[in-house]
Amino acid sequence: MKTSRRSFLKTSGICAVGLYALPFAGEVLAESDLPKAIHNPNALRGEQWAMVVDMKKCWKLQEERPCKDCILACHTVHNVPEIDTVKEEIKWIWTNNYENVFPGQDNEYNVQNLAGKPFIALCNHCTNPPCVRVCPTKATFKRAEDGIVMMDFHRCIGCRYCMAGCPYGARSFNFRDPQPYIKTELNMKYPTRERGVVEKCNFCAERLAEGLLPACVESCKAGALSFGDLADPNSVVRKIVSSHFTMRRKPELGTQPNVYYIV
Amino acid sequence: MLVLMGLGFASYLYQFNKGLTITGMSRDVSWGFYIAQFTFLVGVAASAVMVVLPYYLHDVKVFGRITILGEFLAIASVTMCLLFIIVDLGKPMRLLNVLLYPTPNSVLFWDMVVLNGYLFLNLLIGWNVLEAERKGVHYPNWVKPLIYLSIPWAVSIHTVTAFLYAGLPGRHYWLTAIMAARFLASAFASGPALLILLSFLVKKYTKFDPGKEAIDKLSQIITYAMIISLFFVGLEVFTAFYSGIPTHMEALEYLFFGIHGHGRLVPFMWLFLILAIVALVLLINPNTRKKEKTLKIACLATFFSMWLEKGLGLVIAGFIPNPFNELREYSPTIPELMIALGVWATGFFVLTVLYKIATSVKEETAS
Repeated sequence: MKTSRRSFLKTSGICAVGLYALPFAGEVLAESDLPKAIHNPNALRGEQWAMVVDMKKCWKLQEERPCKDCILACHTVHNVPEIDTVKEEIKWIWTNNYENVFPGQDNEYNVQNLAGKPFIALCNHCTNPPCVRVCPTKATFKRAEDGIVMMDFHRCIGCRYCMAGCPYGARSFNFRDPQPYIKTELNMKYPTRERGVVEKCNFCAERLAEGLLPACVESCKAGALSFGDLADPNSVVRKIVSSHFTMRRKPELGTQPNVYYIV
Repeated sequence: MLVLMGLGFASYLYQFNKGLTITGMSRDVSWGFYIAQFTFLVGVAASAVMVVLPYYLHDVKVFGRITILGEFLAIASVTMCLLFIIVDLGKPMRLLNVLLYPTPNSVLFWDMVVLNGYLFLNLLIGWNVLEAERKGVHYPNWVKPLIYLSIPWAVSIHTVTAFLYAGLPGRHYWLTAIMAARFLASAFASGPALLILLSFLVKKYTKFDPGKEAIDKLSQIITYAMIISLFFVGLEVFTAFYSGIPTHMEALEYLFFGIHGHGRLVPFMWLFLILAIVALVLLINPNTRKKEKTLKIACLATFFSMWLEKGLGLVIAGFIPNPFNELREYSPTIPELMIALGVWATGFFVLTVLYKIATSVKEETAS
């Protein structure tokens, strides 16, 4: 058979394109009735999980002793590495000053003089999350059943588009291998990350599935963190939000954050 | 060039081993030199349309000789774009996830589609037209619709790339409706400027002459594109400073004056302005525009001023100040620059090979 190098290359090029159809064919052929996962009967369920942060309670406790319980609890449960540079630090929940967490809202003559006061910051689990909109692989997604903005660390390609998209600076990137920097006791029930992927707070989806509240909420001795289903009129968060004046970060952007603040 | 490619590749192996920690990028400035180069080069690729469109739609015959140079420049530029994306990824082995899990709501997904499509179109068109020329026949008829398609497609690659930025809430420097227009205007200045410089090189080193008229026409296009480009930058400055909204002013203040002593990009941005003005003066005056020596200076000034504005300032300043209104600056590291240089060298290597093919065909048919 006579095949010129050229026509061989052409044919193999077309074949390579054809390979792209393969996974779809596989999907059609391999349908099954088996359930994909088994649910824990104790799992907490909600339509849209939300959090209310009462900073007054937090500050009150801080007057007695410096407290980082929520940060420590979260970072222990999720094997969050402790990298000491501003450039590469990984954080799921942390504190920053009022004027940084709520930029543009500080006022020199503020009655409450909030400038310089620490505020807790974490992922807002937006109802309308820009990070999910921009992700090219659906590695970050909003879970339909309970509104948690989640990440698949094994699908993320590390393009960091979500970091550009997030207006709250809630996302961290593993610039280096994080494993040597995990200073807390390793939690074998939660995966450690590899170098090259993005990570952030997941509202403790893995704990909710076992019927536990998020680690930060559970650890807070001041009771400053409340967690619940915003869609449920009887939930603790819904009651607070409908009876108190609360703030959300950058509401003008239309992302509809699900973390509320009381000051 | 091979040496630079080698150095770039070695630096990339170093990055592949250590991770993106070897770059200057951070939690706050999460895209840096790589993505800025990518953005600039998409413009250079799109600008091929500035020779293809007049030739095929307006029958501007003088461009007939250089359309192939424009198309091959586009191929080399898109190659560099794709390489810059790959070197920027934290998990390059998972690149194909973009195809395995197609996500139409992501602009990056569409950017991948249009860039690869554009590469494919230009390869197909360039190759077939050149082959036909060599055989002394008219190119096959099925190529014609592809040529027409490549015109809006070129516009699309830079529009979609602008949408990568212009659709993000909370990044105020990028959140502007004229982003795509700005991108196209600066592309149509920098791309043809590079093409003119390349044409002079081709003329010097081969027997193929792209033609004085073609270069003259191109230089007019650059003049208009440059004027429009600077006008657009002026529009941004007006909106920001007359409205007085802090978030709109901050990135521009950072770029041109620095904020609280943070101003690493200030000298580069003033250099951009000076080069842009030099380019405009030389381009608007018909005497200096038509003289080869001054035209070369004008093209160099155009290319580098646009590179500073888009391939440096635009992407980086979008991240400064960060979402917490903190000033965290960025500078690329040596290995980062080496990798970038390696990608540029690879692009120019591809370009040299393609131009060699094109010019030898042109020489052959001329004799």
